Amino acid sequence: MKTEKLLFGLLILAAAIAAAVFFYKQSQDVSKKTMSTAEDTKVGFVYVGPIGDHGWTYQHNAGRLALEKSLGTKIKTSYVESVKEGPDSERVIQQLASSGHKVIFTTSFGFMNPTLKVAKKFPNVKFEHATGYKRDENVGTYSARFYEGRYIAGVIAGKVSKTNKIGYVASFPIPEVVRGINAFLLGARSVNPEMTISVVWVNSWYDPGKEGDAAKALIDQGADIISQHTDSPAPLQVAENRGVKGFGQASDMIKFAPKAQLSAIVNNWDNYYVERTKAAIDGSWKSQDVWYGLKEGMVKMAPYTNMPDDVQALAKKTEDAIRNGELHPFSGPIKDQTGKIVVEAGKVADAGMLLGMNFYVEGVQGSLPK
Amino acid sequence: MSQIFQFFPKFVLEPRLEVSGKWVILSPIIAIILTLFSGVIIFSLLGKDPFLALYTFFVQPLTTMFGITELLVKATPLVLIGVGLAIGFKANVWNIGAEGQFTMGAVFGGGTALLCQHTESILVLPLVLVLGTLGGLFWGAIPAFLKTRFNANEILTSLMLSYVAVLCLSYLVHGPWRDPAGFNFPESQIFSDYAMLPILIENSRLNLGTMFAILVVLVAWILMTRTIIGFQLRVVGLAPTAAQYAGFKQSGLIWLSFLISGGLAGLAGIAEVSGTIGQLLPSVSPGYGFTAIIVAFLGRLHPVGVLFAGLIMALSYIGGENAQIEIGLPAAVTGLFQGILLFFLLACDVLVRYRLSHRSVLASERRE
Repeated sequence: MKTEKLLFGLLILAAAIAAAVFFYKQSQDVSKKTMSTAEDTKVGFVYVGPIGDHGWTYQHNAGRLALEKSLGTKIKTSYVESVKEGPDSERVIQQLASSGHKVIFTTSFGFMNPTLKVAKKFPNVKFEHATGYKRDENVGTYSARFYEGRYIAGVIAGKVSKTNKIGYVASFPIPEVVRGINAFLLGARSVNPEMTISVVWVNSWYDPGKEGDAAKALIDQGADIISQHTDSPAPLQVAENRGVKGFGQASDMIKFAPKAQLSAIVNNWDNYYVERTKAAIDGSWKSQDVWYGLKEGMVKMAPYTNMPDDVQALAKKTEDAIRNGELHPFSGPIKDQTGKIVVEAGKVADAGMLLGMNFYVEGVQGSLPK
Repeated sequence: MSQIFQFFPKFVLEPRLEVSGKWVILSPIIAIILTLFSGVIIFSLLGKDPFLALYTFFVQPLTTMFGITELLVKATPLVLIGVGLAIGFKANVWNIGAEGQFTMGAVFGGGTALLCQHTESILVLPLVLVLGTLGGLFWGAIPAFLKTRFNANEILTSLMLSYVAVLCLSYLVHGPWRDPAGFNFPESQIFSDYAMLPILIENSRLNLGTMFAILVVLVAWILMTRTIIGFQLRVVGLAPTAAQYAGFKQSGLIWLSFLISGGLAGLAGIAEVSGTIGQLLPSVSPGYGFTAIIVAFLGRLHPVGVLFAGLIMALSYIGGENAQIEIGLPAAVTGLFQGILLFFLLACDVLVRYRLSHRSVLASERRE
C-alpha cells in the first residue's frame, strides 16, 4: 500500500512538472514579444573549445564581449561552446541561423564546409569563418598572421636557451601549425644557428593532460624552451614547475606561469568583430578574406618578461621591424630539411607557400606526419 | 567482503529476494522525474528560469521540423551501434571498441566512395555501404579471433583497436586521401552525389540511414526473441555453465556477437559519412562508439529500449545546444545534466534489485 501511494504521488508530481513546462511556452511567447525589438541584431558565435580554455576560444569570447560592450543594446550575442567539428557543427550553425542570428562567426577551421552548407540555405545571414579558405557571397573568412609573433618568440628563445633545444607541443599537422613551427625556428636561428626544434603532436586542440605530458617529455629530452600550438595553459604550467621558460598561446597566460612566461602571442579579434557586425548592420558587409597581423593589431605580443634587458630590447626591435614591414619572417634564403633552398636569398615566401605550407625548414627534428 | 565491512560497518547492499516487476518498469520513469527535479534546482541556482530551461532543453527542439529531423540524424548512429552492442552484452561479450569499428566503416566505405569519385552509376552507393559494413565487421573480427584463439581479453583488445582505427583514418586523411585542392588541409574530397545516401525530407539532413536503424531494431528484436540463436546468446549471458552443458558453442557465439556489433557499427560509420558529413575528416565521430555503450545499457539491452535510449540521449545533446543558444547556459551544464540522468537511472536500477541494509553482518552470513 505504501509503495502505491508513493508512486501515485510521484506520478502526480511528474504530470505537474510536465504540464508546467508545456504550458510555459504561451506565457513565454508573450514576454518575448514585448522584450525584443525589431532593431536588435543577433550575433552568434560557434566555439570549438570551452570558453574557459584560456587560449583560442577564450580570446574569441573576449572578442564577443568587446562587441557587446561596443555596440551595447543594438545587438544581442549568443554562443555555443565545445562544438565538435563534424556533423554537430552543421546543426549548431543552422540552429543559430534559423533562430534569427544575422551574423554568425564560426571560429575553427573544421567548421568550414558546414558553414558553407548552411550559408547556402540562409542567403540573408552573414557568415564569418575563421582560418578557412572557402568563401561565398555571404561567407567571408578571416585569420591572423600568428607566424609574425612566432618569429619574435623564436628570436627570444634563441637568445635565452642554454641547451639550444626548443620543445614544441603541436596540435594537427595543418599548414597553419607547420608555418608556426617554421617561423619559430627561423627566428631562433636568426640569432643562434645552433637552435633545433623537437615537435610532439598531441592530435587535439584542447587536451590539457596530453599537452602537459608532451611538455614533460620534451623537457626530459633537454628542451629548455617550451612553445605550443594547443589551446590550454598546461604546457606553460609544466615549464613553470620544471624551471624552464615558455610562451603563452592565444592569450596572455602570465598568471599561469609568472616565472616562466617570456611573452605570449595574443590573438585580438575585438576590432574585427565590431567592424564586421557594424558593416552587417549598415548594409556595407561584403564577403572578403582578411589576414591581419601585428600591423593591424590582430596579433599582439604580451609584455616581454623574465628575460635580460638586451633580449627584451631585441624582441621589441624585431616586433617593430615586422610591424613596419622592414622584416618578413619568411625571408630567403630558407632551406627545407633536405637542405634544398625553397626561398632564395633576397626573396620572401609567397602567399601560396605560406597558406599551404607542408614542409619543415632545416633544423626541425623528425619528419612531418603525412 | 570482510574488508568492506571494516570501512563501511553500517551500510550493506543486499540482493532482494524478489524483484518487483512493477518497479523494474517504473525505475526509468522515476529516474527521469528525479532528473527533472534536480534540473529545477540546478537551473534555479544558476539564476535561470527553471521551467524555461527545461522547456528549451526537452520540448523546444521537438517543436520544429528541423529539430525533429536533427534528433533522428543524431540518434541514428547511437541506435545502430547500440543495438549491436546490446546483443553482445546480453551474451557477456564485451565489445568496447565500437568507436574503432565505426571509424573503420567510414574508412572502408569512404575509401570506396573516393575510388568511385568519377563513376556515375547507381551501384556506387550499395557498394560503398557494403564495404563500409564489411570494414566494421573486419575490425570487430580481430578481437573475436584474439579471444577465441588466444583467450585475450576482448575489452582490452577491442578498446585498443579503436585508437588504431582512429589513427589509421587520421593518417589516410593527412596523407594519401587528402584533397589535392585543399591547401594541404587534412580533409578528403567531397563525395560525388552517387555515393551519398538519399535525403528523405527536403532541406533537412534526414537520410536513408535512419531507415536502416529502424529496420535493424526490428530485425534484432526478432533475432533475440524468436530465434534459437537469440536464445543461445541469452542463455550464455545468464548461465554460461548451463549453456555449456546444453552444448552451445561459446566461441561461435563470441564470433557472432562481434561480427554483428562490428558490422552494425561499420554501417553506422559509413551511414554517417555518406549521409551527413559527405567527406572523410580526421575524426568522423564525436565519440558515438562510446556513447552507444551507455545507450545500450540505458535501453536495458533490448533493441526497442535502445531505440528510445538513443532518442533520449540525442535529445539531451540537441537540447543542450539549444539551451546554450536560447538562454546562455554553459556547455558544462549539458554534461552535468546527462550525468545526473545516468546516475539516477543506475541508482534506481540498483535499488530495485538490491536494498540498503543497516546491519553490520550480511543476512546470508547470519543465517549460516
